[in-house]
Amino acid sequence: MSVFDRLKAGLSRTARQIADQFDALVRGSEDRSGDEASVRTDTLDGLEDLLLMADVGVSASRNIVAAVGARARGTASLRTLVREELLRVLAAADRPPVEPASGPRVVLVVGVNGTGKTTTVGKLANQWKQAGYTPLICAADTFRAAAVDQLQVWADRAGVDLVRAREGADPAAVVFDAITAAKARGRDLVLIDTAGRLHTRTNLMQELEKIRRVIAREVPGAPHETLLVLDATVGQNALTQAREFMAVAGVTGIVLTKLDGTARGGIVVAIAHDLQLPIRFVGVGESLEDLLPFDANRYVDALFREPW
Amino acid sequence: MFDQLSQRFQDVFQSLRGEIRLSEATVERVLRDIRTALLEADVNLNVVSAFITRVRDKATDQAVLKSLSPTQQVVKIVRDELIALFGEATGGLTPTTDRPRVILMLGLQGSGKTTTTGKLAQWLRRQGRHPLVVSTDVRRPAAIQQLSVVAAKAGVRVHDPVGESNPVTRAAGALAAARSLGNDVVIVDTAGRLHIDDELMAELVAIRHAVGPHDLLYVADAMTGQDAVRSAGEFHRQLGVTGVVLSKADGDARGGAALSVVSVVGVPIAFVGSGERLDDLEPFHADRFVSRMLGMGDVLSLIERAEAVVEPADAERLEEKIRRGGLTLEDFRDQLRMLKRMGPLESILGMLPGMGGMKQLAEQKPDERQLRRIEAMIGSMTPDERRHADIIDGSRRKRIARGSGTAVEDVNRLLKQFGEMQRMMKMVGQMTGQTMAAAPKKKKKSPFSLMR
Repeated sequence: MSVFDRLKAGLSRTARQIADQFDALVRGSEDRSGDEASVRTDTLDGLEDLLLMADVGVSASRNIVAAVGARARGTASLRTLVREELLRVLAAADRPPVEPASGPRVVLVVGVNGTGKTTTVGKLANQWKQAGYTPLICAADTFRAAAVDQLQVWADRAGVDLVRAREGADPAAVVFDAITAAKARGRDLVLIDTAGRLHTRTNLMQELEKIRRVIAREVPGAPHETLLVLDATVGQNALTQAREFMAVAGVTGIVLTKLDGTARGGIVVAIAHDLQLPIRFVGVGESLEDLLPFDANRYVDALFREPW
Repeated sequence: MFDQLSQRFQDVFQSLRGEIRLSEATVERVLRDIRTALLEADVNLNVVSAFITRVRDKATDQAVLKSLSPTQQVVKIVRDELIALFGEATGGLTPTTDRPRVILMLGLQGSGKTTTTGKLAQWLRRQGRHPLVVSTDVRRPAAIQQLSVVAAKAGVRVHDPVGESNPVTRAAGALAAARSLGNDVVIVDTAGRLHIDDELMAELVAIRHAVGPHDLLYVADAMTGQDAVRSAGEFHRQLGVTGVVLSKADGDARGGAALSVVSVVGVPIAFVGSGERLDDLEPFHADRFVSRMLGMGDVLSLIERAEAVVEPADAERLEEKIRRGGLTLEDFRDQLRMLKRMGPLESILGMLPGMGGMKQLAEQKPDERQLRRIEAMIGSMTPDERRHADIIDGSRRKRIARGSGTAVEDVNRLLKQFGEMQRMMKMVGQMTGQTMAAAPKKKKKSPFSLMR
């Protein structure tokens, strides 16, 4: 199964649903000749509903629909227009990751509870190890019961070593230990798993700030990448989450997990639209390899069933 | 939760206040705003559309438009329709004669099943039950350990046969163990996956068959988007869900998914979980919830919470003191502690009528840190000083400030405000005489007035 097939399989429900409705919409606009203006309004309203149902959000949906409406002049197919608009939104948010100047590359993984941070860290460690890096995992989730054990299982599977502390220890101290260990062992990559925290919990957010300070002190310019892990089923609240985590942890990219469910993950469009935050990876399954680099073209294609 | 949605509703209603007569155009504008607010709160699109249609039908009725207070009529229509959306939810668990009563926890990955299992066990224990919990999640690494840790905190028994990795056998074993050990409730925590997974569904069906649960609780993440309806619907179709537990409701998620699940799937919300502590689980009441959402306050829940943390004897003693005007800093500290036990200040404030809007005034918001600082100051006083605040002179103030890590000005402010409060209490005590039965309400008020 190719990487693309897997993404498509993961998104197939999404695609089928939307594409079917979309087909009906486009056919509708072709069949009904008569009153062209009202047909167009119906079609655009339908398009907005589709985007809303995919969690794209009110403001992003409206803008996309408005842009499509403004450009819809007879010949161009509605699909092409929508596809182009979605790609434009996603492309505008994209930017390359920061390269470390000296010392190990530090990647911090943050998010609210239950989005799949630990799993993502396991998968990333595996991939980067296979890509030739020498990663070290830091278990800074010292809060959730058995979180470290869960991470240990992933680390063993990926064959990567783990720096851990007892439950309830200061996460910033574990991070310090891990970075020191990485330097001593000559590692080029440190992956930090943090405890899930709701963005409304001020004290926990401050703890994250502290972790970030420790990292910046130990490795200049770090963390090079701070990934916010979002569950594909998440709704508009993800925007608030992203805003808060950006402010406190300096999030530089999104990992969208659990895209193998029925969820459409349209929220990434809203995030790209409202916050210009790029999507780095998508998780489409439960095995170690099921984390793919995000590719806007493929995402949109798979979202609306290729080829159009 | 629901704060932002609540704020939006209040803004919409506020904009109506100036209108003497409602025109259909105004109603349309209001409906459009409400539609946006609901969509941004992740309420399912179909639910929103149906809701808007129903409200429009009622609100554009000529009788409403021509009535003397059209705004209030519209607010009432919205409120009634919202309550209708939530259905006839009484909250909690329905009574049963099943012994042991078996509760099956269902939900997607990461929705909070294991944590909720612990909270529910704790809640049941508080109700005088003796729950036994078992995890059938043999797939997620360390899931079984997590439940054991949570159960230990809740002080309930765990069924965990070492090496047994068949979920159905584990569940059935727990039921047998409960029968022989005399536990009257068995909570079965299950593996979470994505519902398209037929294998998981088959496993759940097998577990259900093996243990014959009375309750099948679906744990839904308050932050879920439009997909919530479909996943809940799928679980309901295959297994028959009897209630929803809304988890992670302490975030600022607008929880629209909850509205959708209830109205589309037709299953009532049984509990709402908010917070990291095991105590943070409450039975859900639709009418109170909607009132809180529309900024009308929820005094009933507030009183219930106060009753849960305040000992009747303490209340009487305090009442007596207030009447005599003998309130001391010690009593004041007790009140603060009680207030803290009632949960996060934010959520308490939200229950007060009219406070919904005021909460937004960030500067005036009494924050938990301030409460802690006051507690620290009182803690740095000698018992004598606590009982007789008037002996605290300049040098004592300095010592108290040093001891509590605050400034002398902070101590001054505390004492001044305490003095005012004492005077007020004395007046109130004299005025009302013995008619101060609702002690919890009085207690709650004082720390707020001190905050200003």
